[in-house]
Amino acid sequence: MRLATGSAGARILAFGDYQPARIVTNDELARTIDTNDEWIRSRVGIAERRIAGPEEGVADLAFHAGGKALAGSGLSAADIDLVIVATCSAETLVPNVSATVAHRLGIIAPGAYDVNAACAGFAYALSNASDAIRSGSARNVLVIGSEKMSQWVDQTDRANCIIFADGAGAAVVTGSDVPAIGPVVWGSSGADADKIMIADRKSFLKQDGQGVFRWATTALHPIALEACVRAGVKPEELAAFVPHQANLRIVHSIARKLGATNAVIAEDIVNSGNTSAASIPLALSHMIERGEVPSGEPALIIGFGAGLTYAAQVIQIP
Amino acid sequence: MAATEQEILAGLGEIVEEIVGIPAAEVTPEKNFIDDLDIDSLSMVEIAVAAQDKFGVEIPDDELRNLKTVKDVIGFVQGLTV
Repeated sequence: MRLATGSAGARILAFGDYQPARIVTNDELARTIDTNDEWIRSRVGIAERRIAGPEEGVADLAFHAGGKALAGSGLSAADIDLVIVATCSAETLVPNVSATVAHRLGIIAPGAYDVNAACAGFAYALSNASDAIRSGSARNVLVIGSEKMSQWVDQTDRANCIIFADGAGAAVVTGSDVPAIGPVVWGSSGADADKIMIADRKSFLKQDGQGVFRWATTALHPIALEACVRAGVKPEELAAFVPHQANLRIVHSIARKLGATNAVIAEDIVNSGNTSAASIPLALSHMIERGEVPSGEPALIIGFGAGLTYAAQVIQIP
Repeated sequence: MAATEQEILAGLGEIVEEIVGIPAAEVTPEKNFIDDLDIDSLSMVEIAVAAQDKFGVEIPDDELRNLKTVKDVIGFVQGLTV
């Protein structure tokens, strides 16, 4: 038996993003539920979020973000041979989102699967993409994080409806002679499965906010640091730190404890809310678009969420 | 040797000042964290985690809910029933 010949490394060629047009401000939420702008900003750091209407589903959001990433990459649909969608909010159990999105993008017969690692999903999917390229299982991979969290959140539940939002971010990954996606550090804690849960298809999302906050502000900076160590990059050398956009206070807590002193810290949650698996590529795409982060420099991403699951890796900014 | 009430109070003052920016001198035993010091539940989690590291005790979320005042925390850390 022979093995496929892969690439020495993998790198991200381009990011793309898409958000529904409708902006929901804190003031708008305060008109229907007992909350207010100051409370939401101080607790979670969100000023506004995007919410999709009934005409847009997870695959629609993924299609737009994936199309933008593909256009920015310089590759064509024919070059893509694997599509991975990270999502935990799809409308259908089957078919998966990835095959549908690939078809709509004109990508013919790629490998196509969805990843559910909740808010950590994009980091998991990116690692899958990198490994597939390095092992020779794929040449060019489209990785998309896409979520319509609003359909799994009770819009009268003031603890959660202020936080979760809809959107998608995508990356095109290809082979590279030098490594530009570092080793993933990932793991899970199934003992804490009940901390964030959508129990069944008739239920809404429930979470132990205080418990999740404690976990995120104590357990994750060592994971972030380990990803830096394994990539051979010091925290102070990071040009950007892009954690899952769960809560602005968690973002800054991990950044401070990690010592990412020279990094631009992603604060996309302020205007995008928590978009679960979409939040990391969405934030990075926005930061690159605004020219906030330098091409070719290292960024650390870390996803974390329900499961509990987490994954972190250093990437080179395209 | 177990920390004295004064030592715990001083340590707690330092933690509160560092995490939420309230001067340590304002952290006195009778103060209620939420009503008097205007500290929210998430900051209380951060304070509890810092207190765990400083005093070598475990303050789980279930216990944290019962620790309303500075004195409650001092008592808990000293191993007293609150």
